[in-house]
Amino acid sequence: MFKKIKQMTSLLAVVAVLFGFATESFAAKKSKTLKNTIKQGFVKCGVSQGLPGFSNADASGNWTGVDVDVCRAVAAAVLGDANKVKFTPLSAKERFTALTSGEIDVLSRNTTWTLSRDADIGLTFVGVNFYDGQGFMVRKNSGMTSVNDFKDGISACTNIGTTTELNMRDFFNSKGISYEPVAFEKADEVVAAYDAGRCDTYTTDKSGLAAQRTKMSNPDDHIVLPETISKEPLGPVVRQGDAVWEDIVRWSLNTMIEAEEYGINSGNADSLKTSDNPAVKRIVGAEGEMGAALGLDNDWSLRIIKQVGNYGESYKRNIADTGILPDRGPNEIWTNGGLLYTPPAR
Amino acid sequence: MNAKFKKIIPQLLTLAFVALIFGFFSYNAQLNMENRGISFGYGFLSQESSFDVQFSLIEYDGSHSYFRAYLVGLLNTILVSVIGIIFATIIGVIVGIARLSSNLLINRAAAYYVEFFRNIPLLLQIFFWYFAALRALPLPEDAEPIFGVIFLTIKGLFIPAFVWNNLDIFIYSLLAAIISIIIIRSYSKKLRENEGKHLPVLYISLGLIVGLPLVSFIIGGVTLSFEIPELVQLAKTSFRFNGGLGLPPELIALTLALALYTATFIAECVRAGIQGVNKGQKEAAASIGLTPNQVLKLVIMPQALRIIIPPTTNQYLNLTKNSSLAAAIAYPDLVLVFAGTALMQTGRAIEIVSITMLTYLTLSVSISILMNWYNKKIAIKEK
Repeated sequence: MFKKIKQMTSLLAVVAVLFGFATESFAAKKSKTLKNTIKQGFVKCGVSQGLPGFSNADASGNWTGVDVDVCRAVAAAVLGDANKVKFTPLSAKERFTALTSGEIDVLSRNTTWTLSRDADIGLTFVGVNFYDGQGFMVRKNSGMTSVNDFKDGISACTNIGTTTELNMRDFFNSKGISYEPVAFEKADEVVAAYDAGRCDTYTTDKSGLAAQRTKMSNPDDHIVLPETISKEPLGPVVRQGDAVWEDIVRWSLNTMIEAEEYGINSGNADSLKTSDNPAVKRIVGAEGEMGAALGLDNDWSLRIIKQVGNYGESYKRNIADTGILPDRGPNEIWTNGGLLYTPPAR
Repeated sequence: MNAKFKKIIPQLLTLAFVALIFGFFSYNAQLNMENRGISFGYGFLSQESSFDVQFSLIEYDGSHSYFRAYLVGLLNTILVSVIGIIFATIIGVIVGIARLSSNLLINRAAAYYVEFFRNIPLLLQIFFWYFAALRALPLPEDAEPIFGVIFLTIKGLFIPAFVWNNLDIFIYSLLAAIISIIIIRSYSKKLRENEGKHLPVLYISLGLIVGLPLVSFIIGGVTLSFEIPELVQLAKTSFRFNGGLGLPPELIALTLALALYTATFIAECVRAGIQGVNKGQKEAAASIGLTPNQVLKLVIMPQALRIIIPPTTNQYLNLTKNSSLAAAIAYPDLVLVFAGTALMQTGRAIEIVSITMLTYLTLSVSISILMNWYNKKIAIKEK
């Protein structure tokens, strides 16, 4: 029976060769998104409208950031070139609709993984590329040094359409403090309003606070309070129902993290093809057939590491060296006491 | 029979075509949602919303339902639209008449105002009023009181609040005054038409509207006191006002922008309306001895209104719809609260967008009906 199917598949493969479909593997055929991506020649990636360190465009339109690097990794794996990405800047409000409607295929936009988002609205989170938590920023000269200094009637600027709005309510309610939420659609407007003195505090994910602080007219006038009021695991999201594409995005991210764990980086990846460690050899594609299962060739992971780098390189380049959050904290590999722990690539 | 049939056929076909298109889209949406594992339903409206809103006309916090959040947004949209329409109409009428002034300075000033404000995109104007004008406002602790009790600060406008005792009695007295004024007016009209006598309706009305509520204070047990906003310190350099009535700066900026923008169009409608009245009408009215005031009130305006009302209705509709730009400056209107936060938290895009569209449609149609009714009332009654 199985033999028969195998025979038929090979027969089909011959027919496919004759008709010129040979480049499409079984997985590629199964995944509409993968097929379309190869056809278009670029990965459709949804990012933020400008959050330094995560996804931010420079004056000439080049996108950089750890979220951007996830999409670049997918492009390197699928299309062989990390630059073949079309970035679509999205507001917090637009992001999920853009993904479910097919305007983008990967949403890598500092998005918190929650149960309702994962289960209810046709989305699937593929992993965590940044462990974050919500915090508060205040003006230094206000003398506030902790959330315990908050008093009734404090006004808090934030974004709409985020978990921030919900956490903020939980937090202030549990403290029994009345507050005035001022919620804007775009982050730039939140920053402008807080900077002008409209609000006493600005609340969002701590990484976001650190990044936005660099945009203020005088960054040194503001401090981020030490307390973290929520868990915010941020990660890339795909549409539900395309398991192959989901796997590709998940393992593109995992490859970056695992490469760092095994000390593989953009500089030494090629030379590690002859490593003694089979785990290392698997990651750089010198052993096993990891790519085939994903509908890709065997060099997909090597391309990610060579073109984008491992997670540590991406973090250093985008977040540490730009002065946003020099301390990696929970975003350190598990062997170094952090939370980054991926299933093994084997 | 045949001719009748021929007439109906194209109409039926058109109807079938429209139904088909709607059917196709809803089927398509359903299929796509099923494929993507998205459920459909309006049940979420009764769920707890768990987000707070900055400014609400009804009692609301995150423990209320999404439907309540919808009402909050809707009322805020109506609030800013109504205030906007009132101010836009007042400014529009004044500027429209000013454009016809023989005084060159007034005339030119009005013309420049119209050309300036109607040619800059509204969103930019909203940003200007909110971000540029807001930055210029003082922090609460530096605010100079206006008349000793009003404070205009970067955190909003704080005015004394009325604290009523027996407010219902006061409202009844006001209602009684209004009803008696209506009765007296119709009585005086009858008197004028039948016996040619003039009653000083204006003075009687004024007396009633002031007198009756006054009586309610003296014998009705109504008392009124003011709660003056008080400066409260939140932290070393953070202050706010407590008590009194606080209007958020978002509301002020949005109203300003909407009113100033829409007023330019209304001004043009008013100008066109007045210019559209035949010059002979004015001269004829003057020649039978009417005073200039009476000419404007009894002859020009009733005719001009017929030209003014229909295009002004459009402007009212525009203003209402334009109020949805509020989302840009954090004014919690229907779009920000419901089509924004609620949509995001529930992920129910199709449901929420359809409700929002239907709501704006209802709002606009209501305004249209109201204005059409008024238009009919003042239209020429052919006898």
